[in-house]
Amino acid sequence: MSIYVITEASSGTQFNCRSDQYVLSALQQQGQACVPIGCRGGGCGVCRVQVISGDYECGRMSKAFVTPEQQKQGIALACRLAPKSDLVIECVPSQLVPGRCKPGSKSNPIPNEVI
Amino acid sequence: MKKGIIRPGHVQLRVLDIEAALKHYVDLLGLIETDRDEQGRVYLKAWSEVDKFSVVLCEADEPGMDFMAFKVVDEATLIQLEKDLIEFGVEVKNLPAGDLKDCGRRVQFVSPSGHCFELYADKKYTGKWGIHETNPEAWPRGLRGMKAVRFDHCLFYGDELAATYDLFVNVLGFFLTEQVLDPEGNRIAQFLSLSMKAHDIAFIQHEEKGKFHHASFYLETWEDILRAADLISMTDTPLDIGPTRHGLTHGKTIYFFDPSGNRTEVFADGDYVYPDHNPITWKAEDLGKAIFYHDRELNERFLTVLT
Repeated sequence: MSIYVITEASSGTQFNCRSDQYVLSALQQQGQACVPIGCRGGGCGVCRVQVISGDYECGRMSKAFVTPEQQKQGIALACRLAPKSDLVIECVPSQLVPGRCKPGSKSNPIPNEVI
Repeated sequence: MKKGIIRPGHVQLRVLDIEAALKHYVDLLGLIETDRDEQGRVYLKAWSEVDKFSVVLCEADEPGMDFMAFKVVDEATLIQLEKDLIEFGVEVKNLPAGDLKDCGRRVQFVSPSGHCFELYADKKYTGKWGIHETNPEAWPRGLRGMKAVRFDHCLFYGDELAATYDLFVNVLGFFLTEQVLDPEGNRIAQFLSLSMKAHDIAFIQHEEKGKFHHASFYLETWEDILRAADLISMTDTPLDIGPTRHGLTHGKTIYFFDPSGNRTEVFADGDYVYPDHNPITWKAEDLGKAIFYHDRELNERFLTVLT
């Protein structure tokens, strides 16, 4: 088992992630909030990221949020992203779901459609 | 039940990995596997249900809900409701008996909110699991996990709530039990029932059609909800929120996610209704209390994480 450093580029946040866990799980354990936490099952797309550098493997993810083509380009859901080296990632909320959870939007917790 | 619809009958959920899903729905939630078909679908039921299945799992590339079905009293009612649906203006699709194992023909349609529903009259009656119809014991031995009592309802997110209300109330015979109104009087949430239950189905306004919020299963007591919370921790299952109480319906509840990100609720108690009860109204500006009666604060994940 190895421990890698994950860097979220837009916030500059760094945290550790074991090789046997997913990035989002490590982030949540360490109380970080640079990637939003959704279903944690690869299904809702809230934690969608671009991997800028590093090696990794992915568990099963909804193709509604990560198409096979996007997966080749380094798009992943952080809840299904297992590092094999240090990683640099950046949040890229899905284009498919306008108005869905944006990182750091806690100041406005009520989505527009509910107000 | 004034148009002959009895109750929720089944829901078909898409999962990314069927074996992982079975650990959730069977080992953790406590549903019982009753069959599988050649498409790889797995049929499940809760112990107190009398028909063969209430949950169907199928493996797919995207999680979410394929359809939710309601059981009607007989074939004549099914024929009438099919006519009424066509007259209302929704497209109706007929699925032959046996398309779902041991289920009669189904009449399928899409609501204005973008969700697929179906009606059917027949499904194989297998009786409550593990207990007899004569001198039945209180509960069956050998139940697992949370020991879910029944599949109870679903909550859907979508748009065109007014047209969806029209369909469910005026065509299908549901009645409004609770609603959330914005300051202009627009209904942004509607809870509908066929029975004494506070809801058999619910919709919340959302800009995208056809989204699935959760499938809910009934437990008997608050103690059972706390025990469910313990099991969620023991199995390291992603928790959404709870144990807590809702303002809407006053149910005691906990929400968690299946391994594909579909949300599951188990709840206990809550309000009862008769068809002559006035609907309960919650104000949108008090939505925090309406949804989470204790915290009285909205939780962004609960409102926006959908499949």
